Order: sequence, then structure tokens, then C-alpha cells
Amino acid sequence: MTREALERSIIRLIRIAGILFFAVIVAFPFYWMIVSSLRPLEEILMNPANLGLDFRKIDLSAYYDVLFDHGFIRYILNSLYVSIITVALSLTLATVGGYAVTRLRFRGQSFMSYSILIIYMFPAIVLVIPLYVIFSHMGFRDSINVLILVYLAQTLPVALYMLRSYFKTLPLEMENAGLIDGCSRFGVIWRIIIPLSAPALASVALYTFMIAWNEFLFAFMFLDTPDKFTLSRGVVQLAGSVHLSKQLVMAASVLVTLPILLLFLFFERYLVRGMTSGAMKG
Amino acid sequence: MSVNSKHHRESRLAFWMLAPTFAVVLAFVIVPVIWNLWISLKPVSLADLRGDALFQFNLSFENFQKVFSDPDFDTVLLTTLVYTIGGSLLSIFLGLMAALLVHAEFRGRALLRGLFIAPYIAPVVAVTFTWSFILDPQLGVFNQFAVDHGLLTQPIPFLSQRWLDLDIMGVGLRIPMALFSVILFEGWRYFPFAFLFILARLQAIPDEFYHAASVDGATPFQRFFHITLPQLVTVLSTLFLFRFIWTFNKFDDVFLLTRGQAGTKVLPLDVYDYAFGEFNIGASSATAMVLFGVLALFIFIYFRWGMRIDD
Repeated sequence: MTREALERSIIRLIRIAGILFFAVIVAFPFYWMIVSSLRPLEEILMNPANLGLDFRKIDLSAYYDVLFDHGFIRYILNSLYVSIITVALSLTLATVGGYAVTRLRFRGQSFMSYSILIIYMFPAIVLVIPLYVIFSHMGFRDSINVLILVYLAQTLPVALYMLRSYFKTLPLEMENAGLIDGCSRFGVIWRIIIPLSAPALASVALYTFMIAWNEFLFAFMFLDTPDKFTLSRGVVQLAGSVHLSKQLVMAASVLVTLPILLLFLFFERYLVRGMTSGAMKG
Repeated sequence: MSVNSKHHRESRLAFWMLAPTFAVVLAFVIVPVIWNLWISLKPVSLADLRGDALFQFNLSFENFQKVFSDPDFDTVLLTTLVYTIGGSLLSIFLGLMAALLVHAEFRGRALLRGLFIAPYIAPVVAVTFTWSFILDPQLGVFNQFAVDHGLLTQPIPFLSQRWLDLDIMGVGLRIPMALFSVILFEGWRYFPFAFLFILARLQAIPDEFYHAASVDGATPFQRFFHITLPQLVTVLSTLFLFRFIWTFNKFDDVFLLTRGQAGTKVLPLDVYDYAFGEFNIGASSATAMVLFGVLALFIFIYFRWGMRIDD
């Protein structure tokens, strides 16, 4: 056997083993989250090492408890509200801003790009205490709308940066024709830029939605009133109060994870593109 | 219309189009950093937040002295560094492995690529609670399975035991168990980030490089070390810088996994513990300033060496 052939067969083996390894370590926690949410507490206590799921013993009561007794319907609505409003604001402002940066000439353009990158690297833990102090002092810390503004600040610079990169690749001819025909700048954005940028807008929207939906630190620090909790905040609250019922905590975890994973599966292509153009952080 | 006034109008329009973004960033990023510096130089407790004490001009370095002279500061800093470097390197290493595995064309590749990104997409609260549950010494499937099948003699409290003494063929080994578990989690959760960037870079390497090397008789391993790896140096070092910055400042993961118990206390948790454990907002802000200082240093390095992750 030549060295080439030997190495090839070694690589083949490594590849199969490696793929199996990654598939298991990635998929197992999600599998276990779902299985445990469907299994009654006694079952978990009696036989914690049972890897399979007995379909005759599926128990959906945890979902009922979490949704109706622990307020998760409210948390789901709150999370949807926060995420959707953040997406709408971030997308609108980033589109207008991204247009200005790529199509209009003004001083300080390169400064803009640098400051966006710096803000991209900015971690939440450095900002959370001063913001906590300011909003506590002013008396509206415990507010879902303040949370939206915080998320907007976290997502907007990167959203603008991503759209800027995309707008740069769009041909100028149509826009110029539009301007000559008497379209205003906003008319050009609405009629030409937005339709041409659908894929980029989709990936920015997904990215922003994900950040807002998953965010933990600010929601945890800012919100005191259970009525205002987002899902992440609600899961932590639940885990603290029903310490022993793993089934409830896992059901709540499924509720917060499933929407984002499904969204991601449907739009995987956009997300991957968005991430490699600097969309992700954390 | 003169060219000058056209430029002037464009500038004005650009200003108004960017004003909302600037306002948001100013109010929620820039002002807080300055405000944080102010609080870090004052004695502020959690009870002072409603009053005017916040605005009194009584500055001192007391908070910084308190933070630096804390007997645990050195330990916390060391833990933070081990956690940060360990977590960053592990996530990049796993990301590199995953990217190399998925690089070649095969059936089910797209599915696998989607699956590999899941740890990064899922909400942090859900995955930390799930891992805590899996690793739980009493109810956790990992320990029970390992004990049932004779792989372990007794369950290991992965996230709540500070030291684990191992005896490997007569050689005693002491590992910081909880810290080690937290680093493993970090590798699991953030390898997709490295994976995506490395995969994108791999796919940009021209095929001719490999063809030429094959013709010259280079074997697959030689091709990896002499062609692939050198092509990845830039992306790997940029990834390390980014992961280092973000892991150094990471709060959520350690807080949710261990609350900083069992030797996993890192600096970002100090920010929280000072504020809500000791009700000392001043010391909390001072700790945040220390984190900010390290961040500023790394941002400086980033721009100094002109490394860019995109564009």
C-alpha cells in the first residue's frame, strides 16, 4: 500500500469517527431536553440512565403546567413582542443608515466603520451595571420597552454594518435612473434597494430576532415583575422555584429553544451567510 | 446648482439618516461607559440608586483599591485567564475539526452543517440547564449511565466539585473539575462560531494548490500541514482574538452553570456579586472598568495588527 493510499484510508476512518462524535455531542443535549420534558418525575428518579423514550408513557403534563400554571403563555407573548419590535426598529434604522453610508458622501465615513466594529466587540457585562444604575435612578428599569432599546443598541450597529456590505454590491444604474425620474432618496430605498436586498434583510432580521429572543443578562437584571418576563427570564425563574422538577425545567427549555431552532432550520442559508458577515457575537 | 451645495445637502441628509443610530449607540453604549467610570470612582451602594448621592462630587480610588486588594482577586483573575484561554482554544480546535470533516462533498453534508450550528443558536438558559441536568451526580444521565456500565465507580459532581483527584497508573493527577467542565461547555457552545469562519476560509482555498501538490507527490497529511494550515493562520488568529475578548467578558454561561461556585468564579461574576451580593455598586463598576481596560487593550491590538474578520 502506498503512503497516499494508507493516509487516505486513515482519513476515511477518522472522518467517520469524527462525524459520529460531533453528531452525538451536538444532538444529544437537544434530544435529552425533549425526552426529559416528556417523562414524569418518578420515571426520571427511578431510571435516570434510560436513554430511550417509551411512546406509551409520553407525558405532556409538564407543558400544560408550564404554560398555564407558571405563566409561560405570557412570557412567550412578551418574548415575541420584544423580538419583533426589535427586529422592526433595527431593520428600518439599519436600512436607512446603511443607505446613507454607502450612497451619500459625508465626512467621517471610515470613522463610522471603525466605531461599528468596536461596538460589535463590546460585551454586555461592561454596560449592564451603568445602565442598571441609570434606569433604576430614573425609575423605569423594570420595563419591557427599555429592554427593547437596549437590544436595539446591541443589534443596530452590526445590522447596519451587514447591510452596508450588501448595499455596496448593488448596481447603481437603477438607483440613478430612479433619482433622475424624480424619486426621492426614500423613494429609491423603498422601491429599489429594499426589493433588491431581500436576502440580506432576511439574514439581518433573523440575526436580530435571535439576539433578542435569546438574551439573558439584561432581561435577568432589569425585569422584576413576572408579568413582564421574557422567556429566558421566565425559565431562570422557574428553575429557581421548582428546583427538583427537571421535567418542568426541560419543558420550559424546549419552549424557548424550539421556535429559534425551527426558524433557523427554515432559513439556514440566510443565517449562515449572516453569521460569516459578522452577525454573531457572544 | 453648484457642486458644493449638492455635497452640503448630501451631508445633511446623511446626518439625519444616521442620527437615530448614533443616538441609540450614544445613549446605550458611550454614555454608560463614561457613567460607569464616574460610579467606579464613588462610594455607591445599591440603596443609593434612587437618591442624589449619585451626583455628588466625592471621587476616590477606594473602589479600585477594594477590588485589587481583595484576597481572592488573584485567584479570580487566574481562573478567568484559564477559562478564557482554555475555552477559546477548545472552541477553535473543535471548530477546525468540524470544518475539516464537513469540508468535502458528501450526502447529508448540508444537514450536518445545520446541526453543527445548533449549540450556538439555542438560548443560553436552555442549554446550560440541559447540560447541568445531564451532568447532575444524582439524576444526570451521564453519571448514571457511566456507573451502570462500569465506566465510573461513583458519580462525579462535574459542576459542583472543585478538585478531582485522578489516579492514572499510579500517577496522581489533580484537576479543577468544575472549571474543566465549564471550559468543555464553552468549547461545545462556541465551536460553531469558529466552524463557520474556518469553513468559509477552507472553501476559498483554490483547488489548484492541492492539484499542484498532488502532482508533486504530497500525501494528504502533508497537504494539510503545508497548504491548508498556512492558509488558515489569519482566520485562526483573528478567531482567537475575538473568542478571547468575548470569553473574557462572558457572564451568562458560568453564572447559569455554577453561579461561580467550586472554583469557577470569573471576573464578570465579580461584577454581579459585588452589586447584588455585597450591594456595593461602586466596586461592581470598578470591576467592570477593569474588564473594559482589558477590552480596550485588545481592541487596540486588533486595529494595530489590522486583523479583519470580514470585508
